[in-house]
Amino acid sequence: MSIAQNRTADQAPSGLWRWAGLFLLLIGALLLDLSAGAVRIPLREVFHILFTSSAGDETWRFIVERIRVPKACTAVLAGCGLSIGGLQMQTLFRNPLAEPGVLGITAGASLGVAAVMLAGGSMATLYAIKELGGGGSWMVTGAACLGAAGVMLFVLMLSRRVRDNVTMLIIGLMISSITIAVTSVWQYFSNPEEVKEYLIWTFGSLGGVSGGQLLIFTITIVAGLVIAFLSSKMLDALLLGENYARSMGLTVERARLVIICSTSLLVGSITAFCGPIGFLGIAVPHLARGTFNTANHRILIPACCVIGSILLLLCDSIAQWPGSQTVLPINIVTSLVGAPMVIFLLLRTRKLKPF
Amino acid sequence: MNSTPLLVTRGLQTGYRSGGKKLLVSAQLPELTVKAGRLICLLGPNGSGKSTLLRTLAGLQPALSGAVEIAGKAGLSSTELARQISLVLTDRVGGSNLNVWSLVALGRYPWSGWLGVLSDADRDIIRRGIDAADIGDLLDRKVHTLSDGESQKVMLARALAQDTPILMLDEPTAHLDLPSRIRLMRLLHRLAREMNKGILLSTHELDLALQVADEVWLLQSAGPLHKGAPEDLVLEGVFEAAFEKEDVHFDRATGVFRIYPEGGRRIRLIVTATARGAMAEFWTRRALQREGFAVVEEEAGDAIVIGEQGGRPIWVLDAGGAGRQYNSIAALLQALDHLRLP
Repeated sequence: MSIAQNRTADQAPSGLWRWAGLFLLLIGALLLDLSAGAVRIPLREVFHILFTSSAGDETWRFIVERIRVPKACTAVLAGCGLSIGGLQMQTLFRNPLAEPGVLGITAGASLGVAAVMLAGGSMATLYAIKELGGGGSWMVTGAACLGAAGVMLFVLMLSRRVRDNVTMLIIGLMISSITIAVTSVWQYFSNPEEVKEYLIWTFGSLGGVSGGQLLIFTITIVAGLVIAFLSSKMLDALLLGENYARSMGLTVERARLVIICSTSLLVGSITAFCGPIGFLGIAVPHLARGTFNTANHRILIPACCVIGSILLLLCDSIAQWPGSQTVLPINIVTSLVGAPMVIFLLLRTRKLKPF
Repeated sequence: MNSTPLLVTRGLQTGYRSGGKKLLVSAQLPELTVKAGRLICLLGPNGSGKSTLLRTLAGLQPALSGAVEIAGKAGLSSTELARQISLVLTDRVGGSNLNVWSLVALGRYPWSGWLGVLSDADRDIIRRGIDAADIGDLLDRKVHTLSDGESQKVMLARALAQDTPILMLDEPTAHLDLPSRIRLMRLLHRLAREMNKGILLSTHELDLALQVADEVWLLQSAGPLHKGAPEDLVLEGVFEAAFEKEDVHFDRATGVFRIYPEGGRRIRLIVTATARGAMAEFWTRRALQREGFAVVEEEAGDAIVIGEQGGRPIWVLDAGGAGRQYNSIAALLQALDHLRLP
């Protein structure tokens, strides 16, 4: 059959030009992010600072090297992590609207953070903990990852009884509310200073991560991404549903655990360091599927990383509106950009198709 | 034909465990074997445990007791099992953005490396599955746009790509129209013969099963499992007995189920020598049964004589002394209807 025979390179990364285009966009977004901010630095100067060691404007050099490069790195890492977290949730729950934020996993991570920040009312604030260096950051990250994993296990347990997508999402929202309520109770009994710190943290920020924290952040995100990539074959099998996956030799329980591990690492650490950032997780996997017209996770995972990075870099650039002295919290920008995208997706597909 | 058993069960009992309790679905089953090159149909009413048995044999759920030996071994690892048995289930696959080619290619899962990269040999096998199931023109379609019939063929191609000696299908003919059902059964029969696969399928299509199955396993709700060649089971009266319990009459003479209960009115059917061997008798009998007549051989009050005139059948109704002639079954039935009126 000629049609069948012509399909040889089908599963190879389709369309090199798409990748090339995405990488160009990524570089563009990166440069835009580096030059944007309260102090506007021309692109030429950014290049100069990045690629030469000769002295230029010392202030600009300091701003780029100490503030903007770490912030851009954080944006790239968080963009990758949130998108992959969303992709994994959508495949695992076979639900096109699943996302760490929607299913309460981000809320779980927040509870973990709140537990560390507000515990007993006498613990130091997040920033103070971060000041402690490595140990404190690990503590917050660990708590957030545990919180995320806990909620995720719980949601997964419930999801086995529920086949309906909409019901599952509503359950996720309810779990989210419960978790947030628990956090609020904790806030209510904490002293105002700590609550203020916590509230600022909930707005989300890509700027707070530098030095040793960036190292920890990078390690956890890379670990999560590596696990995600290695589990891409499992994710492919799960697209057919549990029974078929099992019949093809997948140990579904182990696969679930691996995926939960990866998502918790990603979402937990991002929530700990940058605050709860929404909407990227829903939108990016759909964009990746649309761009590469595939369901193959070996292609979708890198694609989500690149597209997620581009989007978060752009959102961050918007947050530091050029020339403006104030910086919008990143969470607000992703919501403003992401929510309309999700509405658009819903209108286009008209109904929630189960996977 | 190779007759090594691919799968043998020993003292198998299927069912579910809930809490500490065992919920039996089947009684202790006899030794069941699946052999290469044979097509087995698993029949039984709804709720008789067809799917449970299939899932247990396929290793999707544990047996309550007993063992399933596949390729001479019990307790295979999940990958080993996936290289022996492929499944076509009733589960609906929507697949976000999954196209048909990728779905069929997923059949290579138990054979490909840990990242799932396909080799040329894998592609050859996938292509053979696609050709066998004849879905070459569907490859670029998204899975969720397929019709039920197409979807069934695609899932079959995926199972063929898994390249296993045993193929199990759970109600593959459900949701299909009649031609698709027949084509699918014919295809499965051919696969068993040509690719020497052991095929086990559960179905409600008794008449189709009687035609294509090499062996029938008949499950009854709370009864023993009967197995054997379909014709043997019919002759032994097993079908009749099994379905009598469900208040459905299986007619051994014709091999079909009788929908209408046999009525009280008796009528004799006489076929003249010239019309013998034509199909008229068979279809007249069906029409009379639908109208609630019991067709009898011995002398009864009324009789119908089927004759032949100019190459076409004619019916003479011999009732109440008068004999009138009709050119179609419809006209005959109408006349019978009038007779019934006082």
